[in-house]
Amino acid sequence: MTIEDRPPSATSCVHAGDPPDAATGAVEPPLYLASAFAFDSAEQAAGAFLRENDHLIYGRWGNPTVRALELKVASLEAPSRDPKEHAAGYDACATASGMAAITATILTLCQAGDSIVAPRSMYGESARLFRERLPRFGITTTFVEQTDVEAYERAIGDTTKVLYVETPANPTLTITDLRRVCEIARARGVAVVADNTFATPYCQRPLAHGVDLVIHSMTKMIGGHGDAIGGIVVGAEDRIAAIKETAIKSFGGILSPFSAMLISRGIRTFSLRARQSCETALSLARALEGHPAVARVHHPGLESHPGHALARRQMSAFGSLVAFEVKGGVEVGRKVLESCGVVTHAVSLGDARSLITHPASTTHMSMPRDARIAAGIDDGLLRVSCGIEETDDVVSDLLRALA
Amino acid sequence: MSSFLDDDAGPSTRSVHAGVSRPDRFDAVPTPIVATATYTFRDSAELAQHMTGEHPDPHREEYGRYGNPTVRALEERIAALEGADAECAVFGSGMAALSTAVMALLKQGSHVVIFRDGYRRTRQLLGKTLASYGVEHTVVEPGDLEGVRKAITPKTRLIVGESPTNPYLHCTDLAALAAIAKDHRGVKTIVDTTFATPINVRALSLGIDLVVHSATKYLAGHHDVLAGAVVGSRALVGLVRDLRGVLGSVLDPHGAFLVARGLKTLALRVERANATAQKVAEMLEKHPRVSHVYYPGLPSHPSHAIAREQMRGFGGVVSFRVKTDADATGDRAPLAVTSRVVDAFRLARIAPSLGGVDTLVEQPAIMSYYELSSEERRAAGIEDDLIRLAVGVEDEADVLADVRRALEAP
Repeated sequence: MTIEDRPPSATSCVHAGDPPDAATGAVEPPLYLASAFAFDSAEQAAGAFLRENDHLIYGRWGNPTVRALELKVASLEAPSRDPKEHAAGYDACATASGMAAITATILTLCQAGDSIVAPRSMYGESARLFRERLPRFGITTTFVEQTDVEAYERAIGDTTKVLYVETPANPTLTITDLRRVCEIARARGVAVVADNTFATPYCQRPLAHGVDLVIHSMTKMIGGHGDAIGGIVVGAEDRIAAIKETAIKSFGGILSPFSAMLISRGIRTFSLRARQSCETALSLARALEGHPAVARVHHPGLESHPGHALARRQMSAFGSLVAFEVKGGVEVGRKVLESCGVVTHAVSLGDARSLITHPASTTHMSMPRDARIAAGIDDGLLRVSCGIEETDDVVSDLLRALA
Repeated sequence: MSSFLDDDAGPSTRSVHAGVSRPDRFDAVPTPIVATATYTFRDSAELAQHMTGEHPDPHREEYGRYGNPTVRALEERIAALEGADAECAVFGSGMAALSTAVMALLKQGSHVVIFRDGYRRTRQLLGKTLASYGVEHTVVEPGDLEGVRKAITPKTRLIVGESPTNPYLHCTDLAALAAIAKDHRGVKTIVDTTFATPINVRALSLGIDLVVHSATKYLAGHHDVLAGAVVGSRALVGLVRDLRGVLGSVLDPHGAFLVARGLKTLALRVERANATAQKVAEMLEKHPRVSHVYYPGLPSHPSHAIAREQMRGFGGVVSFRVKTDADATGDRAPLAVTSRVVDAFRLARIAPSLGGVDTLVEQPAIMSYYELSSEERRAAGIEDDLIRLAVGVEDEADVLADVRRALEAP
């Protein structure tokens, strides 16, 4: 079950998972809202429950619109030679949000007494889950420096069930060596879970590097239009089946068919959008580097980025995010934020619009300055998520804001 | 809540108007579908106001997983239907509502009291799944309040019940259950009243701490959306809402719109289902091919007295058993005979779920307990000859005729 490491084809984005409707010939398959599915006979129902036929049963356990999306995303993270199909032996499970995908995955892999090794710098709500919520149910986490593979190895103990990775990671887009983390995990019989939201399958295919389960907040670039919340986990069929059985059927964090339809619709242009966003991000990073008002630029595509060589090995593009520090501290950071025009001030990422945030004056303003700086969030740090506008318009908007 | 709605407004008026208080900027009558993942702020100062809790609009949203105006409007409506001071959080499914509510109140080492009859996935979650995270439990017989009292230990944090239960429609004396919990410090009650709906019972007014609904059923009522709701005090629902932000099992705005749209006819639908189900139950009780009927509206049901006292109507679900020869095998075995009855329904469709406009029928031995042997099912209280009928809003005569026809099956 080796996965080829290549960017998803635009053909997969359009065709995989949702062929035209067989019943009506409609090119776009219908949106199935059904919460329950009717049977012709008790015998057919029994067969469905025993999995002797593939008749659908109940909306929480499976819906055709949601299923089409699962197959489509599986084809992006686990491509096969046929652009309409995903690699044999792999599957995906969609959830109501990215956080629902993370909780479903962790609660399936871990029980009371088990533990996780996770990066020190990770998405804030994931960190809150690992730090505050999971210990209430006997699941503990050791946090390590994410660029230090040996730290991951040292942190593995008898109770460790999961190595958790985010690469590139907030706030300075540091890179973790996926292949080496996976080698360590395999030697110790531990599963590797990667949140691939920042990179997207356009830039990075963690399954091809040996990761067991890949998680996405599809709210971000996969959906790409900022109009639907959703999450997904992709991996080997048996692992996905276990997640569906324990986490989805019992915890119920399912994705709605409406959201699934919006996200599938978004994926049709995923590779176009991702290419445009990544090109803009690299151009922006280069334009900012050496700018007199800018102290530092963080983008894995820049030769100056400490993870650049590694990023070149494991990524096929460097993502849509650029972080940079302006000279002059919080005040100047705030001024740049408020001077942007095309680039919109909002906290999400992966949108069709370019978005900018200034953590020190907004999301992290209540955090003590020392702790914030220790977490890598400098006073003047700004993060731009490049959208799909014309590259020149985004770059010149920021240069104008910096002037 | 809505200022124009009198406290004593009737159920249909409440169904249409409860909780609808904020006009949108176009003065559209229904709540608009706000399909957004995130929210933009005028400037940093406004975001800072929001982060420090000083924003003038208490409903100012920040990010879709933490809140959405369409979802929030639905929450206000469900809260208003359950009780004047109630607060509500909605979810992507009933199981998401229940699992998030119990996980907000339990942790490793705590103990929960549950009942033997109830939705199988609920019992699995509390009895098995949460056990793997160190939560202990005791199972008591439905309605056995003395059993509940005895089961409480110093570690007990929760009593989780259903009223009426699935599939035998046992009703618990909710006021008495709440009183037992209040006798013990730190013990809260959660009751799933999906089968009753707030039209038939308002458990918060009886002292229950949190009410859980699979809103997929009667609240939405059209078999076209999955959703769940937790209703209770601001403090408790606040804990649940906070955990929802982490566990992430949110309801999407399109789903919220469908539930809110369905809610407008809640009282009409439930009253119709109450009336038809009562007639079906009475007819079944006299039918020669039926051995048992389980419906709290029948004097023969063990919960009839308490159901009469605490419910306005008895709901749309009727369970019954087909007369069969327990020792017969092959074509005459109880499972096979009962399947033929289920297959002979024409109006009612064979499907899981309940509470929608369409009448649905199912044989629990197949629909929910398929992987067990007959003996294991019987030990779990599920007989092979049991049928669960969930009455919709079709004309009463047509539903009755369909049941009669089905019972003529060979």
